[in-house]
Amino acid sequence: MTPEILAALQAARAAKRPLALLTRLSDGAQLLFPGDGVAPALADAASRSLQDDAAATVTEAGDAWFIHPHNPPLRLIVVGAVHIAQALVPMALAAGLAVVVVDPRRAWATADRFPGITLLHDWTDEAMVALAPDTRSAVVTLTHDPKLDDPALDVALKSQAFYIGALGSRRTHAKRIARLIELGHGEAAMARIRAPIGLNIGAVTAPEIAVSILGEIVAARRGAALGVRVSAA
Amino acid sequence: MSDSEDVLATAAGWRDAGETVALATVVETWGSSPRPAGSRLAISRSGKLAGSVSGGCIEGAVADAARQTMANGQPQLLDFGISDERAWEVGLACGGKLKVFVEKLA
Repeated sequence: MTPEILAALQAARAAKRPLALLTRLSDGAQLLFPGDGVAPALADAASRSLQDDAAATVTEAGDAWFIHPHNPPLRLIVVGAVHIAQALVPMALAAGLAVVVVDPRRAWATADRFPGITLLHDWTDEAMVALAPDTRSAVVTLTHDPKLDDPALDVALKSQAFYIGALGSRRTHAKRIARLIELGHGEAAMARIRAPIGLNIGAVTAPEIAVSILGEIVAARRGAALGVRVSAA
Repeated sequence: MSDSEDVLATAAGWRDAGETVALATVVETWGSSPRPAGSRLAISRSGKLAGSVSGGCIEGAVADAARQTMANGQPQLLDFGISDERAWEVGLACGGKLKVFVEKLA
């Protein structure tokens, strides 16, 4: 690997820009996509590899090329700078997620409680619109306060976020569903919300609940059976 | 949920500190290989390791190959698996098979 290729991969990572590394396995020649000199068939394969976030080997003009996607990290948007968030954030970082915490209550969302984490103090719907969750984003609402959770869920449900989880009991969630339907969301949207949040591992403490949430995010991301909810409410 | 780029940063740090460095990347897997294609291991001349290409079963053999690549600059494509004749030395306990590409970090 040349210093130029390595520098380009690191720059893309710093800028959170997707970039694929293409290696000809016979001699180690390397190209970048997007970039110069990539044959159309290889470009198609590289584009697909970035989309699927999966490496692949393809044959082009008799040569085997290894296509290695370098995507920006998945994102976790945590609404509610609460105790469970304090447990969840470091675990999510360890799992390779990029984390941002949203809470307009400045007493909660402090650098003391979340050292080194991006904190947004805007109202939750404004923050969510600005963050623009995409297919590589997970959203969890943890405030327990409809004034804060509902506007965030409203925006999340209009996005392509791959995971939307809401803290609260079945009873709390039934009321939440009624409010969100009043806002114009349909049943399919309600089925996207994982509530009560997290895998059913009998979690009690804040770190245990954080494990159950992170486990469910991984399951959803990897398409595991555990990540599929049979019924929403 | 990706960690290979961190290995690149570590490798770049070693190189910048004056070390010779090789990168090993899993390029293909069959069966129950512990690490997916794209998993990386960085190896320095002085013996530092970062990342992984398996659960630890083949790292030693990959490091041996990496030393050759560091010495002559030639990339290598390594095959590991139970059907491989080298299986007695470095077979995978999981029964999987994989290919690992080894290159020098220039």
